[in-house]
Amino acid sequence: MSDIKKIKNDYIDKLNTENNIDKVNNIKSELFGKNGIISNEFKKLGSVSVEERKKLASDLNNIKDELQNKISIKIQEIETKEINLKLEKEKIDVTLPERDIEIGKIHPVSQVIDEISSIFSEIGFSVEEGPDVENEYNNFTALNTPDNHPARDMHDTFYLDNNKELLLRTHTSPVQVRTMLKSKPPFKIIAPGRTYRSDSDQTHAPMFHQVEGLHIDKNINMGHLKGCLNYFIKEFFEVDKIKMRFRPSHFPFTEPSAEVDIGYEIKNGKIVIGEGNKWLEILGCGMVHPNVLKNVKVNPSKYQGYAFGIGIDRLGMLKYGINDLRAFFETDYRWLSHFGFDPLDVPSNYRGLSR
Amino acid sequence: MKFTVDWLKNHLDTKLNNYQIIDKLTNIGLEVESFESSTSELDTFIVAKIINAKTHPNADRLKLCDVDIGSDKTIEVVCGAPNAKNGLLTVYAPPGSIIPKNQMKLSVSKIRGVTSYGMLCSESELLLSNESDGIIELKNNKYVNKIGEKYFKNTSEKVIDLSVTPNRPDCLGVRGIARDLSAAGAGILKINKKSNLKYKGNQNINVTIKKEKVQGCTTFGSCLIKGVKNKESPKWLKDKIKSLGQKPISAIVDITNYVMFDLNRPLHAYDADKIDNEIIVRSSSKGESFEALDNKKYILENDMCVVSDRSGVLGLGGIIGGTRSGTEYSTKNILLESAYFLPRSIRKTSKQLNIDTDAKFRFERGVDPLSIEEGLIKASELIKQICGGEISNLDVKKIENHKKTIINFDPSLFEKTTGFNVENKELIKILEKLGFNVLKKKNLKLTVPSWRPDITQSIDIVEEIVRIKGYEHINTSEPIKTRLKPTLNYYQKLFHFLQRSVASKGYLETVTWSFTDSKINQLFKEKDEEIPIVNPISSDLNVLRNSIFPNLIFYLKKNLDRGFKDISLFEIGPAFKGKNPGDQLTVIGALRAGKVSRLSWNDKERIVDTFDVKKDVIQSLYEAGINKDDIIIDDRTPSYYHPGKSGAVYQNKKEKNAIAYFGEIHPNIIKKLDIKTEGLVIFEICLDYIKESIQKIKDSKPEYKFSDFQKSERDFAFIINKNFKSQELVNIIKSVDNKLIKSVRVFDVFEGENIPEGKKSIAVNVTIQSEEKTLNENDLDNVNKLIISSVESKSGAKIRS
Repeated sequence: MSDIKKIKNDYIDKLNTENNIDKVNNIKSELFGKNGIISNEFKKLGSVSVEERKKLASDLNNIKDELQNKISIKIQEIETKEINLKLEKEKIDVTLPERDIEIGKIHPVSQVIDEISSIFSEIGFSVEEGPDVENEYNNFTALNTPDNHPARDMHDTFYLDNNKELLLRTHTSPVQVRTMLKSKPPFKIIAPGRTYRSDSDQTHAPMFHQVEGLHIDKNINMGHLKGCLNYFIKEFFEVDKIKMRFRPSHFPFTEPSAEVDIGYEIKNGKIVIGEGNKWLEILGCGMVHPNVLKNVKVNPSKYQGYAFGIGIDRLGMLKYGINDLRAFFETDYRWLSHFGFDPLDVPSNYRGLSR
Repeated sequence: MKFTVDWLKNHLDTKLNNYQIIDKLTNIGLEVESFESSTSELDTFIVAKIINAKTHPNADRLKLCDVDIGSDKTIEVVCGAPNAKNGLLTVYAPPGSIIPKNQMKLSVSKIRGVTSYGMLCSESELLLSNESDGIIELKNNKYVNKIGEKYFKNTSEKVIDLSVTPNRPDCLGVRGIARDLSAAGAGILKINKKSNLKYKGNQNINVTIKKEKVQGCTTFGSCLIKGVKNKESPKWLKDKIKSLGQKPISAIVDITNYVMFDLNRPLHAYDADKIDNEIIVRSSSKGESFEALDNKKYILENDMCVVSDRSGVLGLGGIIGGTRSGTEYSTKNILLESAYFLPRSIRKTSKQLNIDTDAKFRFERGVDPLSIEEGLIKASELIKQICGGEISNLDVKKIENHKKTIINFDPSLFEKTTGFNVENKELIKILEKLGFNVLKKKNLKLTVPSWRPDITQSIDIVEEIVRIKGYEHINTSEPIKTRLKPTLNYYQKLFHFLQRSVASKGYLETVTWSFTDSKINQLFKEKDEEIPIVNPISSDLNVLRNSIFPNLIFYLKKNLDRGFKDISLFEIGPAFKGKNPGDQLTVIGALRAGKVSRLSWNDKERIVDTFDVKKDVIQSLYEAGINKDDIIIDDRTPSYYHPGKSGAVYQNKKEKNAIAYFGEIHPNIIKKLDIKTEGLVIFEICLDYIKESIQKIKDSKPEYKFSDFQKSERDFAFIINKNFKSQELVNIIKSVDNKLIKSVRVFDVFEGENIPEGKKSIAVNVTIQSEEKTLNENDLDNVNKLIISSVESKSGAKIRS
């Protein structure tokens, strides 16, 4: 028995200093293999007297447990050490750059159109479109602007033929005409799109964007017009209060007509909408002229309503602090990256108009 | 329309101050563009201080002065004044200034080899005194804090500049503006003094308005003023003319202009002695010509309304007079014209000849046809007062009488339109002050004043009342939220999805002109007709774009020039197919240039290729709701694509129009346009060719089915003709058993070594899984054999062993 204890102590010592997993495994089989030392001791138990056997067996079991325990702890110890060593070697520089991120952007004009559509969608408007090339009738005559009317001078028109029959629409108002001609009242639409005028300087581009609005029903009056635009401007600029001024003006296709100014001030070189005592003209509107309604086969004694036209690019410039209109259309990679919007920034009511 | 408040007060008794007047004008629809002093030539002279005066290196008597003019840097001025010394405050005139004494314009000049920027001034040079021995010495205590400020106060009266809308010709005269203001309660319109002008003799130059097929003149009033002495205008009149931003010419011309701006009543003064016998108002014949007061010779077309005498054309009625009968300082006798010309005729003629004058501007908008005598009388009075002379009786020839406009107005229309009510009493008061004659019956019977050609129907009356009453009285109603139909239709949604889907693949969205350069456009227009713009903004934006690529590639080049190498751009918008309304398609055009993984520390960089854009286009379509499994790829593409490295995408095998194309751009185009990039691939999607799925997503989701039985993967490699399309091969394999074969993936393609000439090897991985049982080896073997035999028989391929 003392032999076994000695063996045990020897092996415990051995295991204490051993750091090689293979050698630990060798020890394991030396002790517990088929012909291992401890295995053999157990085999010997049969030849021992019954009285002694009990004690011996119990001692032997204790020794076995102790050794096995030691071995498994050792193995774990070595394994942990080895894994740690391995991990140490595998360490990479995580500050190295990630693979290239491909960042796409939505143009501010598109973003603003989506913002506008989202706002008007909330109050029941649907989106209509019309062609960029228009005939003279839809762009002018149907809109109560006959030929030889000085109001035509306000629109420098691009023509596609010498008879001036075909042109690039100078405003989105012909969509009103198309919408009303193809269907029956009531109408409640907005029509964003490209518009064209043949002047070009720092504040004018030969192409720009407008959104037309039209609401025709039986009892729509100027109060509704004011309410609708007040709602829109507040939502669009994401402010609680808006200073807004309706001024009489003239457009051939509305009567009475108004221009709308919003109050602003310059704070630290930036424009702040809704405060201050300066006025900025942002849109034109009015009650649709009875002559226009007649032209599109809507009975003006039964139906009436309002229309408005807003410059989209200008709204975007104001909201997002863009100074130069021309830059919208110059496809400068730096500008597009700077002013563009993430494609996931979809303006919506529940998620908010802008981030 | 410009005028001063003083001028306005000739017509309006008002207690309002300038700013109240301006607010009132804006509130009644007469938009004030600006209110400021007209600029003066003296504005440029500023207070300055000599910082350092040293002797000129090349001239003992001259000094070189560093002058503080209130900006960041001092200015160097050469000065000959003996009193120029350090610390002296004086008056500085920068280059460009006009010296009052000699009217010389200063320029930057070298004086004895040293450049002098402007001049320091003496009192004599500024006409302040005769003192010319030295420069002005300003008192320190008064001017030391004013360095850089204007030396002369601008004392000219501030001028209101109105932007008058085209419907309001009456407000192109100061009296009309005063009338509007009085209606809005800003004051009382002064009553015109009755004229006590004495007439002597008759207007003995015969006037005829000829009967014409197209006669642009309906009334021609005139009077002769004999024995005048034309001269410079008195100061008050000069000031008025200057406040309009115009140059005084002579008393007679200034008076006619003054009356035009005062009453919106254009007049014309002829030198009566230069008129050949008589005045004939008639239509011109093609080829007639005359020299106008703008010193240009105009050659006329048929049917332009001219005022002529026996020798020919004197002037274009209502537009511009001619030099032949113009007044001069020596003019003794004048014929004063006050006529009515039809707006349409004026507009047509002035457009054809491209003439713009103040008279034309007024006549084309509509001058009060009943103001003919008033204009003659007012101008004659002034001429008599300033130039003397005797005035003949007025002669008015007419071929048509003015018809009054009468409107039966139902006052309830006001509230119906504006949403608020105005008492009848107030409503009538407003209209009367605007000059309407109101007769109260069941409705209101209104006679429209002759100076308001814009008012023809009831809605115009509503506008007048609400405008004068004030738009602030209109309520702000809560928006009505009723929806009549969905916000977006299918194609509008598709637009939205595809736009954002493409952008999410790393492309920057741009918006470019709808027009482009025909030279670039023709490379991309295929069989479309070219659509020229008659009046393009410039010769390189002269056609509507047939494709988005001309602009996209133009701007690609610009960005390459800016130093960008890897560029992904797209635009969604119209491409024009013809010049009629609606001949346009909504298209996405996109391009990628440069490399993928450029300068990456861990990935190998490579040039962008066709399969980069193929992925972008297919994924975008898929994300926008197009069924990926139905898509068919074909290799027939437009000619601007590389013929071997481009593809067409069809929504399914039934559709005839490709919904998209992708691939490399044709090398010839790269060469022709000199595009300096390592690689350029493009794709385009035509939204109009995408067909809406009949079922909505809520109805079209198939039953959710999946299989838990074991799936097996098998690899096959086939040797096949080089031109055989992998899409075909995949379809053949799938069709072997649509139920069992879950997916087929091409994982290797190669040609060359060990592969016979004209052949290629394609390796595919096939996933086989049953929904009913676990397949045993036997089942799988059968499928394998079927796959091999189908492929071999349908494609002529051979399985590689």
